[in-house]
Parts: sequence; structure tokens; C-alpha cells
Amino acid sequence: MLRALIPLAVFALIGLVLWSGIGKDPSILPSTLIGSPAPEFSAPDLRDPSRTHSKASLGGAPYLLNVFASWCPTCRVEHPILERYVRERGLRLVGLNWKDDAEAGLAWLKQFGDPYSDILYDPSGRIGIDFGVTAAPESFVIGADGTVLYKHIGALTVEDMETRVMPLLQGATP
Amino acid sequence: MLPELGQIALILALLLAVIQAVVPLVGAQLNREPLMRLARPAAYGQFAFLVFAYAILTEGFITQDFSIAYVAQNSNLALPMHYRFSAVWGAHEGSLLLWVLILSAWTVALAALSKALPLNFVARALGTLGVISIGFLSFTAFTSNPFERHVPALSDGNDLNPLLQDFGLIVHPPMLYMGYVGFAVAFAFAIAALLDGRVDKQWVRWSRPWTNVAWGFLTVGIGLGSWWAYYELGWGGWWFWDPVENASFMPWLVGAALIHSQAVTEKRGTFGAWTLLLAISAFSLSLLGTFLVRSGVLTSVHAFASDPARGSFILAFLVIVTGGALVLYAIRAPKLVGGPPVGLYSRESLLLANNILLTVACAMVLIGTLYPLVADALGWGKVSVGPPYFGLMFFVLMAPLVWLIPLGALTRWQGDSLASVWIWLRSAAALAAVVAALAWITQRELPLKAVLGIAAGAWIVFGTFVFLRRRWKTAAPGQRLTAEMLGMSLAHIGVGMFVIGVVVTESLNVERDVRMAPGDTVEVAGYQVRFVKAHHEEGPNFIADEGVFEISKSGVVLSEQHPQKRQYLRGQVMTEAAIDAGFFADFYIAMGEPLDGGKAWAVRLYYKPMIRWVWLGALLMMFGAFVAATERRLRQTVREEARLPANSAAVAS
Repeated sequence: MLRALIPLAVFALIGLVLWSGIGKDPSILPSTLIGSPAPEFSAPDLRDPSRTHSKASLGGAPYLLNVFASWCPTCRVEHPILERYVRERGLRLVGLNWKDDAEAGLAWLKQFGDPYSDILYDPSGRIGIDFGVTAAPESFVIGADGTVLYKHIGALTVEDMETRVMPLLQGATP
Repeated sequence: MLPELGQIALILALLLAVIQAVVPLVGAQLNREPLMRLARPAAYGQFAFLVFAYAILTEGFITQDFSIAYVAQNSNLALPMHYRFSAVWGAHEGSLLLWVLILSAWTVALAALSKALPLNFVARALGTLGVISIGFLSFTAFTSNPFERHVPALSDGNDLNPLLQDFGLIVHPPMLYMGYVGFAVAFAFAIAALLDGRVDKQWVRWSRPWTNVAWGFLTVGIGLGSWWAYYELGWGGWWFWDPVENASFMPWLVGAALIHSQAVTEKRGTFGAWTLLLAISAFSLSLLGTFLVRSGVLTSVHAFASDPARGSFILAFLVIVTGGALVLYAIRAPKLVGGPPVGLYSRESLLLANNILLTVACAMVLIGTLYPLVADALGWGKVSVGPPYFGLMFFVLMAPLVWLIPLGALTRWQGDSLASVWIWLRSAAALAAVVAALAWITQRELPLKAVLGIAAGAWIVFGTFVFLRRRWKTAAPGQRLTAEMLGMSLAHIGVGMFVIGVVVTESLNVERDVRMAPGDTVEVAGYQVRFVKAHHEEGPNFIADEGVFEISKSGVVLSEQHPQKRQYLRGQVMTEAAIDAGFFADFYIAMGEPLDGGKAWAVRLYYKPMIRWVWLGALLMMFGAFVAATERRLRQTVREEARLPANSAAVAS
């Protein structure tokens, strides 16, 4: 009798693991980065490779770092929302063009609009690794002093912007 | 036509599924024949409504009714006609509809072909399938309605994901679902047997062809997915240990174990409880795969949009179906009687080894796939488990398995001596050694692991021929080769080809990323690849930069290749690699980015020896499974034995 219960116990364990995955919707999973300084990076600008951005050069004011790629269909979903916040609310939006090629990335921006103030070009995904990016789109709220305040996995919605991103950005303004 | 009609048809199908689930199960418990007889018409009716719903969604795509949100999201005016049919299953909602349609088709097949089985057994099996159908139909209707309107209608739609605008991906999902859902039949049989309280040979015999067919479809589905990833994703790989690939691979492994354990249970009466457990596991893992793909708990290249509501629904359903089945198992399994005793070296013990290795391999894939979730839950941070883990574990577990394959077919049931089997297999071992030695002499850069792999593959192929030759010599004419044996032999030869293909392509492939301007020539693996020119090309819904390449060897031009870099109307950029496919090697050319303002290109040149063998092996496995399913013995005997219990059910009514 006991032996026959083993499969059920194994299944219960698996079920628990799966349930934990749902309980913590991946888009609000905390990142170990939150509250600690953002990793150092240095990358050329997608639109003007002669310019180089680093953590220091982008610091001074809080911003939203948005990981996007031309191959990422979900990025198109959040794109108009980001664009609106840049236009209407003065959001400072920095892009991280991740595992993409420059030509495709630029074509994508030409088609869907380009709300970014600066865009880090990361074709190899190195910066993405440092930030713990698992899939595009992901977004990070980075404070004026370079601290990661929030990490969002998946497309940002108006609700996410209102309840999480904008309050953090406004609160972080020196 | 009105999409609302489709929605109504879905709801009616759901109601019929409820009838199909509840009435026959209750009827079988109370032994009321009229109630049990309701199972078949309910299944037929459900199928009719689902075909209707599916036809309406298809019609929406063909006539481009962009007032249906799903159609608007996944097609546009420029989409060629043939892709409009396949766009139906191009995203979450429609693919679910296909899932339930296929489930219903399997149910109808079971209902129509099971006339010879005892009625209460059929009623329980169809009732179980009805329960599964309720789950998926309510999932479709309540969380993922494909008929939702988009008001106002759009003048043009978005686009079908360009990755899916391709032959491989048109056929990949239906084949895969045929496999996933096909395991539902074996599952339903197992539940019916548990409810019945006994596992008899008759049940197992009758379910064997169904398992074979489902597994065959799953094999070809996975093979197509791998082939597609190879030529379409532009990375030149054929397996990535991606969570979604793993999701389809786990039921495949357990299904392979199930095929073998069913053979033991049917022929010897042993492993009865184990066979039931495998049947439950195979389908549960199919459900788990569905959960992983559609819940968004894991990130993957294939994942559908993540949605916690959908995830919770499938998980709840998984708990009901699998949890319920395992509770039933825990209650009933201890009462099942075992078969006759088994010798230490016997066909049973070899098949037991096969089962252990396959299920442990499945467990290790499961652990690797779920580890990121566990790590997350326990606060160890976000991790991903990569190919090094899977590759190593898999090698360790599969290496012993491939060496055992030729032994199984030649060893007698109940007990045999290894020495007598070895006498027959000596020639196969010698030939395998010769093949491996020849491979090493001609390709000195082969690592030892690959040489051993080639030897193992050749050992399986020659060992299978030894088995065929022995049948030919010892069996009476007319019984020399049953469909079952032929199927088994084909599938095993497929495994051998697969092993050889994998080790050769993994160890000898050449990958070069180079900058090439028109006129340049690059040498790859003894071949010269010349970049002739690049020009613009226009397709129905994309524009492309096309390169023209010539492949030659010692001055003789062998072929001309045209890789493309496509830009689709909605902005997605796709690499269409050009592949000069051959039995012994593939040449793979993919265009990267233009360099120096379009004067030159980044080009990826891959030389992939024997990669075709990977998929040819998979095709042979599928073919073998189908051939074995045609075995007449598995149907005939049942019909004769089934007449008796059919009468006893009639008394109660």
C-alpha cells in the first residue's frame, strides 16, 4: 500500500513546484539586483556607434532601462505604452537592444517609433547576462545613483507603469 | 459565417463532453447498459460540433474576417492562402481548439473501433476521455476563446508569426498534438482497468497499437520540430534542451518505456502495475508539457504569452486528472496480481533495464526543466539549466541502453543465458567494430566518444539484422516476420541511425562565421564556397536580401545556394538559411548582417556531416511504431475473448 503511494507523493511534490511558479507570476519575481547597484556596463549607441554609454554616463537622473529586440513580438505590445509615457509624462527611457542586429533593430524602431533617449547596443547579450535578463522584454528602474529599484519581466502595462514604475521614478528624482 | 456560431458549437461540445464523462462512468459503476451506451453517441456528437467550430475559425482566416480578434492578431491581407489554413493553430487559442479537436477524433476512433471490447470497459475509457475533454473545452471556452470579437473590425490584421510561415511548422503542431493526445487513450485504458480492478492481458493487448500510434506521431512531431529549428532558426543546431523541447521529450521517453512494458504485460502478465503507472505518467507529462508552454512559468523561445490565470487552470486540471489517477492507483495497485517469476537474465529483465533507464532519463529531464522553478521558490536566485547538464546526464543514461537493444529481441522470456545470445551476436559485434575502425581510419579527428557511438549505432543495426536472420532461419514460413517484429526492427534500426547521426554531426561539424564580399571564396571542410553576388528579392509578404553562393570541390561546382534575409511586412526579420542537404553531409549557409554599408556580409557557413541521419532515424522509429501497430494478433484475439463478458452486462438492464 505504501509503495503504491510513492507516485502520488512524487506528483504532489512536482505540483507544489509548479504551483510555486504560478503563485509568483514571473513578471513580478524579485531580482537579486533590486536594491543593489546596477552592474557596470559600457556599450555603443545603437543609432550612433561612435557614442559610448556606461553606467556613469547615464547616471545623474533616474531612468527606465527597457530591454527590447526586433525579434521580440511582445516588445511591440508594450512599445506604444512606453512611447506615450515618454511623450506625455516625460519618462526618461533608455533602451537595451538585446541579442539583436543593428540593422534589424533600427528598422524596427523606424517602423514602430523610437521613444528612447539612448540605446545600448548589446548584440552578444553580455550586458543582458550581467542584468540577469532571461527574455525580452524586461525593464529595470534605475535610480539616479545607479541603484536598481525595480525589475519587470514581460510587457509593461499601463497599470504597471502607474502602480510601480512611475512612483519609483518620481520618488527617486533628487 | 458568424463566429458566435462557433462559440455556441464549442459550448454544445462542452455539454456533450459532460454527458460523455458522467453518464457512462456512473452507468459502468451501476452496471446499467443504457447509460453506458450513451458514451458513443455523446462522443460522436461532440466531434461533430468541434469540427463545425474548427471549420468556422478556418473560414474566418480564409475570408479574412478581422472582426475576430484571433484572426486579426495572426494573419493579414498579404498572407498566402496555404498559411491561412495553418494560421488557425498559429497561436494559443486556435492551437487549443486543434488540441480538443484531435482529442475528440481519437475518442471517436476509440468509440468506433472498440465494438469488440466489453461494454463497461469501453464506457469507462470513453468516460475518462470525456473528463479530459471537459477540462480542455472549458479551458478553451472560459480562458482562451478563439472566437472573441474585435470591435470595430480592423481593416488589416497583424501577421502570422513569420517563424510559423513555413512547412515544417505547419505540420509540427498537429503531429505533436496527435502524439500528446494519443497518450490520453492509453491513460483512459489504464483508468478503466483500475476502476475495473484488474489488469488483464486483453486490455493491454488492445491498447498496444494505440500507444504505438501515439508514440509514432510524437516521434515525428518532435523530429519535425527539430528539423524546423535547424533550418529556420538559423543557428544550425537541431536540439537545444529548451524547456518546451523537454516538455515534448518527456512523454516521448515515458511512451517508449510504456511500449516496452506493455509488451511484457501482454505476453507475460508481469509489470502490470508498472504499465498502468507508465500509462498515467505518459499522459500526465503531456499535460505538464501543455502547462509549461502555456502558463508562462518558464521562459522559452516557444512559449505562448504568459498568463497566470491560464497556468492556474491547467495546474488545477493536472491535479484533478493526474492526482485522481494516482489516488486510484494507490488504492487499486496493491491488489493487482503479479505475473510468473522472472530469471535474472531474461527478456523481462532486459526490458526492465530499458524501462528504468528511460524513466530515469525522463526524471533527469524533468528535474533539469523544473530546477529553475525550484531554485526560484527556494530563493536560490534565477538560474537556467543548460545543455552541459542535459548532454552529460543523457549520455550517461543512454549509453548503456543502446548497447542492450540487440540483446532484448534475441533473449528468451523468463530466462536465458547470455552466452547463447552472444553466439548469435558475435558477428554483429565484429561488424560494428569494423565499421567503427573504418570510421576512425577515414576521420582521424574523431574523438573516442564518437568512435564508440558509431560502434554502438552499428551494433544496434547489425544486431537487428541478426535477429531478422534468425527469425528467417528458425520460424516456420508465414510466421517468420510478424508486423510487430518488423516494426520493432525498423524502430531499432532507426535508433542506430540516430545514434550514429548524433555523434558524427556533434563531433565533426564545422562552423565558420566569416565576412564575405561578392567574389570571395572561403574553404570549409575541403569544399570551396564562393559568394557570387547579393540582390533584392520580393515575396508575397516580405522583402529579402538574397545571396548567391557556389559550392565546389576541386574546381567542380556542386551546387548553387540562395540564402535569404527576409523582412516581413510587420517588421520581423527572419533568416532563411540555404541548405545543400545530402545523405552524408549538409552544407548550411545563412546570411548575417550587411557590413561596410552593404559591400560585404557576415555569413555563417556550417558543414554538418550526417545530420540527416538524426531525422531519418526518427522517421524510421515512427514508421516502425506504425508498422507494429498493424499487428493482427493484437486485434484478433480480443474479438474472440470479448464475446463472453458482453452478455453479463445485458442482464443488469
